[in-house]
Amino acid sequence: MNSLIARAKELLENKSVQVIIGYEAGSNGIARPAFISDPKDAEKLIYDDRCIQNLALYLTKHEVKHFGKMGIVAALPVMRSIMMLISEQQVFAENIVVLGISSDGSLLDMADIGVMKGYIGKADLGNPAKDEELIARLNKLTPAEKFEYWQNELSKCIKCYACRQSCPMCYCTRCSVECNQPQWIPVQSNTHGNMEWHILRAMHLAGRCISCGECGRACPVNIPCHLLTMHLADQVHHHFKVHAGTSDKMSSVLSTFDPSDKESFII
Amino acid sequence: METTKKLIRKKSLEKLYAALSMSRKVYAPVVADDNRVEYKYNPEFSAITFDHIQSTLSVKNLVFPKVENLIYFTNHKTESSVTEVDVSRIPEVVLWGAHPCDAAAYDVLRSIFCWDTKDQFFSKRLEKLTVIGLACHQSDDYCFCTSVGLAPDSAKGSDILLSRLKSGDYQAEILTEKGNAVAGLSPGLFEAMPDEGVLTADVKARFDYREVTKKLTGAFKHPFWVANSLRCIGCGACAYVCPTCACFDIQDETRGLNGRRYRSWDSCGFGLFTLHTSGHNPREVQSQRWRQRIMHKFSYMPDRNESLGCVGCGRCSRGCPVDMNIAEQLTALQTI
Amino acid sequence: MSDNIYKPYLMEIENIIEETSDVKTFRLKFKNTDEAGRFAFKAGQFGEYSVFGEGESTFCIASAPTRKEYIECTFRKAGRVTNALAKLEIGDTVGFRGPYGNTFPIDEWEGKNLLYIAGGIALPPMRCVIWNTLDLRDRYNDITIIYGARTVGDLVYKHELKDWEERPDVKLITTVDPGGQTPDWKGEIGFVPTVLEKVAPSSANAIAILCGPPIMIKFTMPVLKKLGFQDKDIFTTLENRMKCGFGKCGRCNVGKVFVCKDGPVFTYEQIVAMPEEY
Repeated sequence: MNSLIARAKELLENKSVQVIIGYEAGSNGIARPAFISDPKDAEKLIYDDRCIQNLALYLTKHEVKHFGKMGIVAALPVMRSIMMLISEQQVFAENIVVLGISSDGSLLDMADIGVMKGYIGKADLGNPAKDEELIARLNKLTPAEKFEYWQNELSKCIKCYACRQSCPMCYCTRCSVECNQPQWIPVQSNTHGNMEWHILRAMHLAGRCISCGECGRACPVNIPCHLLTMHLADQVHHHFKVHAGTSDKMSSVLSTFDPSDKESFII
Repeated sequence: METTKKLIRKKSLEKLYAALSMSRKVYAPVVADDNRVEYKYNPEFSAITFDHIQSTLSVKNLVFPKVENLIYFTNHKTESSVTEVDVSRIPEVVLWGAHPCDAAAYDVLRSIFCWDTKDQFFSKRLEKLTVIGLACHQSDDYCFCTSVGLAPDSAKGSDILLSRLKSGDYQAEILTEKGNAVAGLSPGLFEAMPDEGVLTADVKARFDYREVTKKLTGAFKHPFWVANSLRCIGCGACAYVCPTCACFDIQDETRGLNGRRYRSWDSCGFGLFTLHTSGHNPREVQSQRWRQRIMHKFSYMPDRNESLGCVGCGRCSRGCPVDMNIAEQLTALQTI
Repeated sequence: MSDNIYKPYLMEIENIIEETSDVKTFRLKFKNTDEAGRFAFKAGQFGEYSVFGEGESTFCIASAPTRKEYIECTFRKAGRVTNALAKLEIGDTVGFRGPYGNTFPIDEWEGKNLLYIAGGIALPPMRCVIWNTLDLRDRYNDITIIYGARTVGDLVYKHELKDWEERPDVKLITTVDPGGQTPDWKGEIGFVPTVLEKVAPSSANAIAILCGPPIMIKFTMPVLKKLGFQDKDIFTTLENRMKCGFGKCGRCNVGKVFVCKDGPVFTYEQIVAMPEEY
């Protein structure tokens, strides 16, 4: 990944950015997020199959924004998250430099957001292959069986909120569950309340989720909660023919109105 | 009381398990669908694993459940009333196959729940709990019990400690009256222990907790905290899987006029944990919260309760979505 | 006596005073007279007051232990529980757990001059110790109270202020911020630190007890130091987010100090030794 390291070093040395958000080698052979502010440390940056965390999450974090302009190593899912954050005005294009990574692991030249948008426009936006088997199995279940499956899975939820915290689109400084007048979702973990939480989050992400799967990966008890948000992303595409994270203009279906929106379910 | 070492063969363990499950709830580890290990009540003996390095969740829920009712109440203006929770209904539980780190964790929790004023919910549950420990014959790179004053064959907190022998059978060390009572259910299963060594994992110490505690005393303002907490996402995964984390929230829930006040697990890593109603937050940013986690476990607790707040089980590091890796950070802290 | 440390006493609201537009004082009595007889507390301690179904909130016990028939609390409407408390009426039930925390060491203050300085809603934590020392008046030398608020409307315990003003054995100075006075205001006009500097009480054989919003403490402390008060003779109370009240839920610590157990009363000497996370 010499070209990545070289580019990172260059950006830091000429002060185009004050921090590079990328990946470094973690413990026991895994990769983890890294924050490089000294050009000498750019050597730590890696990029390979292990680099899966969605780094766009850090673009809205106070402590990271504090550095100044941010460079961010971005494969396709991260690019789409960045696009979503720009469209929701949480990130400003002039404050970031994207070090794009193509599907074959090579560094892409992304001079501006327009270039990134073009790349996303040509990319394959299908769901990750690793979930196909489980999704196929679930699709064969009856609604009652599906409900039982999710009741079973969500009874394991301990309400640690790792799903929420690892999601770049969950940037609300006061989440709905943190409101106590009224307390919409119970604080404690119980099956019913856990289902309410996950359904609430999936609904808040409908039209905004780019199907990176981080939430399911972050879950310490391995609940595949990413399937819920991904399913709604598929439904949005099915009904509205849009994919989230493909445009820097506000376009999420549940917060924009278009006269051509279908109304077959109410008329 | 004088401890005794006995031999218990694998097939005798099955008989002991059967005897126990007839009269009590037995909480034992099984491999779940996705290759995680979780503890369940009274599984089939054949499903119980003796080969797990660690379960995902700790077993602290036996004494500190994720939700615990504290009182029931009726809310009726001038005639509100409060009803006690009946702790006599807490059942006897046998924890089967707890590794030494988890067995030792109960003492750490006791130093929180029973200091100064006694928490009856915790105390009653601990009183009704018998721990059959399972010494470790293997470990992984996340384990660090030997760095925090424990060991893969430590008997601390166990009522009976099982250790694997080369033959596949077990040495059973009966350590307490509770352990004696369990052995007494089927004394014939416990044979004379031959002169044979037990299999023990080799867990190399990565740091010395006493050195870390010393270093932490002056380290509140050290730049280490900001530099090493940037990737922390502020979830509660580490606190919830941890066997010694005991921070909790108290909430009321009602249905009509009736309700209950309960406590539930909470985490100092959450942004809201110390938020005042006025909007002031003494720990506004994640680096302050990460510092609190380490200081509380390795500095404040040893200082106040003479008990280190960590047993080196490694669950926090295995469960962390961004590899905060507490052992790595503590090793680095030794050299600041 | 219940073994359940989380079980609250049932209290009945005996009286409600609307101190300001958003501050109320409740006078509470135990519904169970045995519990009332056994209950005792010392000045400085706090409790967890609850509305069943809404939750618990932490306030100091604002009455003095020398007055045995009731306890009082004063609170501002700020969040869920305080808004629910504010809707209650005389006769309604309130839960109370306590007393928790440490106390003002009033025995050690005997024979000394006491200087009480408070701002706004911070008078309640001090009122318990003011009443306590006034009820045992002959044990102490001079007692001076300096109390200020943003406006006349924000002054709490207005009826008490009148009592203290009329007592010959207490020197009371009230002040409002410049612009906060009404046409008939007869007290001082100025921020508390400014008024303190003007009054300039002697620090000889004196103890200062100071409670107020952080900004007031920040500017009052240097004045006290200038007057010659030593850190160990300046007392204050700390607040922090609390749940259990007795050192188990892990929420209120400032460094290794638990505000609910080692506080809420601290000397300035102790505060200076704490890490800055309060």
